[in-house]
Amino acid sequence: MQLVKALLLMGISAPALATITDVTLDNGLRVIIKEDHRAPVAVSQLWYKAGSMDEFNGTTGVAHVLEHMMFKGTEKVPDGQFSKRVAAAGGRENAFTNRDTTVYFQQLQKDKLPVAFELEADRMANLQLKDEAFAKEIQVVMEERRMRTEDNPHSIVYEQLMSVAYQAHPYRRPIIGWMDDLENMAPQDARDWYSRWYAPNNATLVVAGDVKPDEIISLAKKEFGPIAKKTLPSRKPQDEPAPRGEKRITVKAPGKLPFILMAWHVPGLRDPEKDSQPWALQILGGVLDGNDSARLKKSLVKEKRIAVEAGASYDGLNRGPGMFYMEGTPAEGKKVADLEKALKAELNRIASEGVSETELNRVKAQVIAADVYQRDSIFYQAMQLGELAVLGLPLDLLNTRVEKLKSVTAEQVRQAAKLLSDDRLSIAVLDPQPLEAAPRKTTVTGMRHAN
Amino acid sequence: MPIKLIHFLFLLLCAPAFAGVTIQHWTTSQGARVYFVENHDIPMLDVAVDFPAGSRFDRPEKNGLARLTHAMLDQGAGGLNDIQIAQKFADVGAMLGGTFDRDRAGVSLRTLSSRQERDASLSLFMTILHKPEFPQLVMQRERARIIAGLREEESRPGEVADKAFYLALYGSQGYGLPESGTAGSLLKLKRDDLRAWYKNRYRAGDAVIALIGDISRGEAEQLAAQISAGLPPGTAGQEASSPKAPGASTEKRITHPSTQSHVLMGMIGMARSDPDYFPLYVGNHILGGGGFDSRMLGEVRQKRGYAYSAYSYFLPMAQPGPLLIGLQTKNSQADDALKVARETVSAFVAEGPTEAELTQAKNNLVGGFPLRIDSNKEVLDYLRAIGFYQLPLSYLDDWVKNVEAVTLVQIREAFKRRVDPAKLSVVIVGGDAK
Repeated sequence: MQLVKALLLMGISAPALATITDVTLDNGLRVIIKEDHRAPVAVSQLWYKAGSMDEFNGTTGVAHVLEHMMFKGTEKVPDGQFSKRVAAAGGRENAFTNRDTTVYFQQLQKDKLPVAFELEADRMANLQLKDEAFAKEIQVVMEERRMRTEDNPHSIVYEQLMSVAYQAHPYRRPIIGWMDDLENMAPQDARDWYSRWYAPNNATLVVAGDVKPDEIISLAKKEFGPIAKKTLPSRKPQDEPAPRGEKRITVKAPGKLPFILMAWHVPGLRDPEKDSQPWALQILGGVLDGNDSARLKKSLVKEKRIAVEAGASYDGLNRGPGMFYMEGTPAEGKKVADLEKALKAELNRIASEGVSETELNRVKAQVIAADVYQRDSIFYQAMQLGELAVLGLPLDLLNTRVEKLKSVTAEQVRQAAKLLSDDRLSIAVLDPQPLEAAPRKTTVTGMRHAN
Repeated sequence: MPIKLIHFLFLLLCAPAFAGVTIQHWTTSQGARVYFVENHDIPMLDVAVDFPAGSRFDRPEKNGLARLTHAMLDQGAGGLNDIQIAQKFADVGAMLGGTFDRDRAGVSLRTLSSRQERDASLSLFMTILHKPEFPQLVMQRERARIIAGLREEESRPGEVADKAFYLALYGSQGYGLPESGTAGSLLKLKRDDLRAWYKNRYRAGDAVIALIGDISRGEAEQLAAQISAGLPPGTAGQEASSPKAPGASTEKRITHPSTQSHVLMGMIGMARSDPDYFPLYVGNHILGGGGFDSRMLGEVRQKRGYAYSAYSYFLPMAQPGPLLIGLQTKNSQADDALKVARETVSAFVAEGPTEAELTQAKNNLVGGFPLRIDSNKEVLDYLRAIGFYQLPLSYLDDWVKNVEAVTLVQIREAFKRRVDPAKLSVVIVGGDAK
C-alpha cells in the first residue's frame, strides 16, 4: 500500500527553507541542498523523473530493471565496483523505483561525498548494460517479484485492483512489471530506457546534511557539469476517463484470512495555492486512521470488533492521479461484506454528520508534532525535497503545508467524505485459498546425523 | 531495489558514537538503570523503558503470555479505557511505541518537549507503565487479533520458516518458542496470568530507562525517579537456564504453495557478552552481513542470479542467539541455492577471509560509524541495548577501536571454534516437501 506518500504530506518542516539552496546547472541538472549540521554526515539522492508510469506495454518493469542494471558497471567502474567503492568509503547506498521516479542514494560521512558524486555522474552517462550481466540480473528481478508480489496475498490484491481501477492511466501497471514482460525483456529494452531518460536535465540531485552549499555546487559542477543534456521525449497526460460506476473483483490467492481493499478516484495535489480538496482528503485520512483512537480503529476494531485491522489513507502527492484507500481484515466470524458495509458506514457518517472540533484538532496536533519529529532524519528531509522537485511543486510547500492542513475546516472534511461516492470506487476482495493447494502430501521432518 | 537486507538491522543495533554523544548514567533508588543523552537540537524527547520480559521467559504451556501482557499495557490503565488513552496521546501529538522480542519487552514515547505536551504525555506514559488494568473483554479482543495475525503468518513462507528455524535450534522452550505463542496456548491465558506476569516481570530493579532529547539532567533524574518509583519493586531474579546446542543437525522441509522456497540455515551462535563478539561480527560482515561486499550475496545473487536477497547474521542476545543464513529462490532452484550457501559457509570457516576482504570490511564499518548515531532515534536504540545487555558505558567510544583491532587470525579461529558447517540445521519452506 502506498502509505508512505501520505505521510510525506503530513510531516513537513517549517523552519526548513532558510537553509535550502536550489540551483540549476547549465546542463539542466537541478541541485537542491538542505543544511543540517547535527551530525558530520550527509545524504546524496539523485532523482530521475522516470518511473513505471513512463513505460510502455510489453516492457513493464523496465524502469526498475534498469535501476538494478545501474549497479552493473561502466568502463571506468566495472561490475560490482560501484557498491565496493561506496562501502570502502564507509557509505550505505541503495536505490528505489516507484511509479513516478527512480532514485539512487548514498549516505556517507560528509567528507566522502565526492565519492558519491563521481560514481553517480559516471553512471548517468557511461553505463555499459552488457548482455551477460542483464541475463543474470533479470533472474534476480524475477525472484524479487516472486518475493514481494507472487507470495504476498495483499500485494497481489493491490496489483490486481490497480489494474482494474485504472483503465487508461499507466498507474494500472505494477512497478515491478508483469512476470511475462520480465521473462521476455531484452537488454535492448533497458538500453532504450537508459538512453531515453538518463540525462542531467531529467534529474534532481538532493543533498542534505552537514555540508556547505558552495562546496556542493562546485562539486556538482565538476562531476555532473560535463554531461550533455538530452532532448527528452514529450510526456502524454494519459488522463483517466471519468469513472462510470463501481468496479469489483475477487482475487484468489493462498491465505488464511480474507481482506478487502477499496480505492476511490480523487484529485491529487496540483496547485498548492488553489487546491483545497487534497488538504481536506489528507485530514479525512487522519480522522479515519491517523492514530490509535481514530475512527476505524475505535469503531471497527475496538468497539464493534468487526475487523482485526482497518485502515485508510490518501495518496495524493503524485505525478499521476490521486486515490483514497480503505482496507481491512474481518474479525473471526465476520464476513468481508460486513466489513465493507461498516467501512462505508464510517464514511457516510462523516459525510452526513461531519467531524467534531476535538477530532479535527487531534489530527492537526499530530500534523504539528510530525513536523518537528521529521527533523530527526536528514534522509527523510531529502526525500521530501526530491519528491516536490520531481512533481514540479514549489519547495516552499515545506513551509506552507502545515498551515494549509491546519486551515482545513470540519465542513471541508465532510465534503471530502462526500466525494468518495460508489461511482468512483473500485473494490478487491481476497478470497483465501487453502495453503495446501500444492499437491498435498504430509509434512515430513527429515532428521539426520551430520557426522 | 538492489539491496534490502532487513536482517542486517539487527547487527547495526549493537555499535557506537562519535565524539559528541555523551552518555550520562545513574541508578535510581529502586535499582532502575538510567541512560541519558541531553540534546536540545530538536524540541522533542524520547523515552524508553525496557524489561527482561520477552517470550523466552514464557512457560511453554502459556506461550504468548509475555507478548499478550505487553500488548495490553496501553489497553486500559489508571481508570482510562483503551480509547481514552489513545486519544490523550494523540491530543498532544505524542507517539507511543512498543518493542517486543525474545529477550525484551519495552515501551517508548516520543513527545514534543514543550511543557504542556510533555507533562501530559509523560503522565499518561507512566499511567500505562504503573497501572495497567488488563480488562477482561479487551484482553479477549487483543488475543483474537494476535491469533488472527498468527493465521495470517501461515500464508507467508518466510514467517513459517523463521518459526521452524528457532524450533529446530532451541526446541519448545526459551528462544525456540514463537514470540506471540500459538492459538492453543493463547486461549489458555487468563486475566490473572497477565496481572501476575506484569507484577513479576515489569520490576523497577530490572528496568532500563533510556532518555534522549530536550530536557536537563535534573529533569531527567526526576523523570527516571518517577518512572521507577511506580513500578513493581525488586527484581524478577532467576535466569532461565542456557540453551543447549543440539548434537545433530536437522533438516526440515515444509510444504507451502509459495512460488519461492525460503531457505534458512544455521546454528546456535553467540550471546551479547561473548568474548568473540567483534571477531564474529566483523567476520560475518564478510561472510554475509555486508550486502554486496559479502560472499553470500556475491555467490548466490551476483554470480548466479539465484535470489534477490542472501545474507547471514549473528543475533546476539542475553543468551546465545542464532547464526542465521537465509535466502529465497524459486522452488526448483532451492537445492542448488542451498548447496551454494553451504559451500560458501564451509569455505569461509575453512580458510577465513582474505586480507583484502578484512580491510574492505573495516573501512566500511569504521567509516560508516557516524551514520549509526546520526539521529536521536538511533542513539536511543543504542542506549537501550547498552543498558539492557549491560555493555560498558564506553561501548560507543570503543566501538571503532574494537573493530580495528580484529585480526585475520582471530576471525579464522573464532569461526573454526564456533561454526561447524557439518552441524548446520536447515529449514526449507516452499514447494512440495515430498
